[in-house]
Amino acid sequence: MSNESDGKVSERLVGIVLVSHSAEVAASVAELARGLAGGGTAVPVAPAGGTEGGGLGTSAELIAAAAASVDRGAGVAVLTDLGSAVLTVKALLAEGDELPDGTRLVDAPFVEGAVAAVVTAATGADLAAVEAAATEAYAYRKT
Amino acid sequence: MLDADFFRRWMTATAASVDREAERLTALDSPIGDADHGSNLQRGFTAVAAELEKEAPQTPGAVLTLAGRQLISTVGGASGPLYGTLLRRTGKALGEASEVSEDQFAQALRAGVDAVMTLGGAAPGDKTMIDALVPAVDALGDGFTAARAAAEEGALATTPLQARKGRASYLGERSIGHQDPGATSSALLIAGLAEAHGE
Repeated sequence: MSNESDGKVSERLVGIVLVSHSAEVAASVAELARGLAGGGTAVPVAPAGGTEGGGLGTSAELIAAAAASVDRGAGVAVLTDLGSAVLTVKALLAEGDELPDGTRLVDAPFVEGAVAAVVTAATGADLAAVEAAATEAYAYRKT
Repeated sequence: MLDADFFRRWMTATAASVDREAERLTALDSPIGDADHGSNLQRGFTAVAAELEKEAPQTPGAVLTLAGRQLISTVGGASGPLYGTLLRRTGKALGEASEVSEDQFAQALRAGVDAVMTLGGAAPGDKTMIDALVPAVDALGDGFTAARAAAEEGALATTPLQARKGRASYLGERSIGHQDPGATSSALLIAGLAEAHGE
């Protein structure tokens, strides 16, 4: 895809899926990450929070739909909060055909990792670099 | 030999007992979990039973992989991917045979239980479903009734344990003294086997 306004060909961006037990948490973290990324508004980010009925929990269908919606052919980084979110993504990856090729569960803190992932993806970085940036967020000590 | 019909009866029997015991499972999940185990599994196994009626897969492996897929997509809590993986891996291990021996099934179920341990990172003694499933698989060589007794014993034996996995692990010592809901529902699953076999 060419981007004529800045005169360069922009890379295929890594997609990011944010899986939380809560629809509000997933949506808010997506908004936060996009906001802090500045130019990262172009990064495809999709929240997959809560169950399909709007309750707390994890929905395999919402995750699969979110991953498909952010797939631009450069891979999809999935960040999760806890418990069933982690296990459902792992189970979907084990299925083999439920998530786009190049989808990876990224081991990262949810909020900080999401910001790092979106900022890094906005630079056109590949999936490995996005994963590394998100994982690195664990190393930032707060005290 | 065990055919596809046996495995459908297993799933139907489990759906019925989960339905019957949903309140008890949720009550067990309320002091140490988030009080949704019964309703989550009820939703999942109801979907399994409905789907099996609709699709009627023809091999044991196909019955279990379909059931596992349904659980992963409908349960909504951690028991979905865990039970889903258990049934899917067991089904995949059974391959495409139209009938399997009890011995083949025992081996396949062990592969399924191993997959659950890998997915959840739990070992025996962590106060999880594994504490019912591992003794059940070990006893399966002696028949389904023996497996049912072993699973029930394993579930009861989780009471004095301290949880090391899942939400209950946050409670630390306060998880002691409560029977694990996942081990309890796993005992229902194994009891469904004996029931499907007419025992």
